[in-house]
Amino acid sequence: MRIVIAKPGLDGHDRGAKVIARALADSGAEVIYTGLRQTPEQIAATVVQEDADVVGLSMLSGAHVSLSRKLIACLHAQGAGEVPVLVGGAIPPADVETLRALGVSDVFPTGSPLSEVVAAFMRYGRGGPQR
Amino acid sequence: MNEKREFTTPSGIPRKVFYGPADWNGSRYGEHVSDPGVFPFTRGVKHEGYRRKLWTMRQYSGFGTAQESNARYRYLLEQGQTGLSVALDLPTQLGYDSDDPRAEEEVGRVGVAIDTLEDMERLFTGIRLDEITTSFTINATAAVLLAMYVSVAKRQGADLRRISGTIQNDILKEYVSRGTWIYPVEASLRLIVDTIEYCANEVPRFNAISVAGAHFRDAGATAVQELAFTLLDGVTYVERCLARGLPIDSFASNISFFFYTHSDFFEEIAKYRAARRIWANVMRERFSAQDPRSWAFRFGLVCGGSTLQAEQPINNAIRVAYEAMASIFGGASSIFTAAWDEPFAIPTQQSAELALRTQQILAFETGSAEVADPLGGSYYVESLTDATEREVLALMEEVEAQGGMVPCIERGYIQQLISDEAYQRQRRLESGEEIIVGVNRFRTEDATRKLELFQVDDSSVHRQIESLRAVRQRRDEARAKRALEALLTATGSEENLMPPLIEAVESLCTLGEICNLLRGVFGEFREPIVI
Repeated sequence: MRIVIAKPGLDGHDRGAKVIARALADSGAEVIYTGLRQTPEQIAATVVQEDADVVGLSMLSGAHVSLSRKLIACLHAQGAGEVPVLVGGAIPPADVETLRALGVSDVFPTGSPLSEVVAAFMRYGRGGPQR
Repeated sequence: MNEKREFTTPSGIPRKVFYGPADWNGSRYGEHVSDPGVFPFTRGVKHEGYRRKLWTMRQYSGFGTAQESNARYRYLLEQGQTGLSVALDLPTQLGYDSDDPRAEEEVGRVGVAIDTLEDMERLFTGIRLDEITTSFTINATAAVLLAMYVSVAKRQGADLRRISGTIQNDILKEYVSRGTWIYPVEASLRLIVDTIEYCANEVPRFNAISVAGAHFRDAGATAVQELAFTLLDGVTYVERCLARGLPIDSFASNISFFFYTHSDFFEEIAKYRAARRIWANVMRERFSAQDPRSWAFRFGLVCGGSTLQAEQPINNAIRVAYEAMASIFGGASSIFTAAWDEPFAIPTQQSAELALRTQQILAFETGSAEVADPLGGSYYVESLTDATEREVLALMEEVEAQGGMVPCIERGYIQQLISDEAYQRQRRLESGEEIIVGVNRFRTEDATRKLELFQVDDSSVHRQIESLRAVRQRRDEARAKRALEALLTATGSEENLMPPLIEAVESLCTLGEICNLLRGVFGEFREPIVI
């Protein structure tokens, strides 16, 4: 399974992204971590280039709704609209449904147990079951 | 507690059941510990502790436009806050104007947007810069923000020799953990030395740098790593200033430090006590500083950060209160107590007020501030201070043996050490070996559903962009162009960049214009990818 973990936008807090990337790698996935400050276009291109099964976005600056919307549009534009998108970070409870409505497959706010996050990546990476 | 098999501090220093004269007997009190205010300042840099002046209560704050943030600052000052701490939005921290396509999602979100000198002026409407100290969490663009601050002070008619405050201006830790770098290491260090030299000559009471371990810590570093890497960054900056030819005592007292106080009460106290002793020795013995002010390790800090939890978030107020108490027993000069709702958003006015009251209760109701270093001489605290010092010195030596901080950062070594710690800690939390109340123990469901969180007013982004465009329209274009050309020329010489930066901001050149020019000359840092 190939997973892209990405940091969109200008936010530099990468502890969560790195911990998730490492846990996924320990669970046997091939993980591509993009580093900081990637644009949605760059992330979508990485997803296509790496032939990723699932992509995870980590955002703590409050820009998660618009960045997720843009990434999903870019994935569609680059022919990777079927790749599930998971989102984690400082996500207020009220935004969880908004993100799902945009097409985000699952949302993991701060404090989500690592085991749940890893299990979700594995589930979506294998093509479902979609909720 | 009784299910733990091993008792150590979070940094791995063993903890005994109790401590006694075998662990610390005071025989080297005079040279090794000494009274408060006396070298090596283990017990504090001031003889009188907090009696004459309490620590500065400095709540990190800023959002939306300068006008909105100014209103929050005035509210906090009315509530008894004693210093300002400006939170800037990410475009400002990264040198993008508010109408830059890369800034679009982030304007005014995690802090206030500052595009031009006029924004900086609005930020301090009704606040005299010679009556208050202001701290800016700003790094890659610190020189530009300092230029703006100095210009506002001049416009207010303030004496530059009397204004005081801090720019964080510590780029090395940005490469490791906070991520708001722009230029490569050497160019960034040049800008930092320029600001230190400028302040030493022109704004002598201003702290041109606040060497920050806080962000190592929040990225996962232990207290020992936090302190070792921070002191080594401090050493790096001092060496660069000396290489410029600045005499040590001309700038050393303009260097301050910045940390996170996390949850382990005594380890945090020991960390600060050890920090003062190590720095005093480094400055006196290694760099031959003569002025006692150069030996004094002064620091501000944050309580909160990654110790704040999204589950049962009101509990965060209690965590922060304990951390604040450890901080004053550690001798902090300024404290920011984070609000309980910060795992989700920037604080509401109500949660920001509670955070400030937390410090006021500590200061005025508990009696804790009336005796300097009240835990000095405790067998445990002295022994833990000694152990922390030993561990920190050993780690400093290890990194210096590999060429010091710059090469270790460039090849991702420091990043790797910290990310290893973050991962190990997460595993301890997953296994339940380490307990966080409400997170992996004593959980309740749906506790976060009904929060009233702060919402950034989206219309403020539009107002910010309109006012930026209006400035570009009405400024003296020829003067702005000349100022940018002069800045460009200066980058190719060894001249200090502060004077041309001040001319540029006074000519109403925008932050983005200035930083794009510097990007063109200096290039950008390439991040080593480490997980």
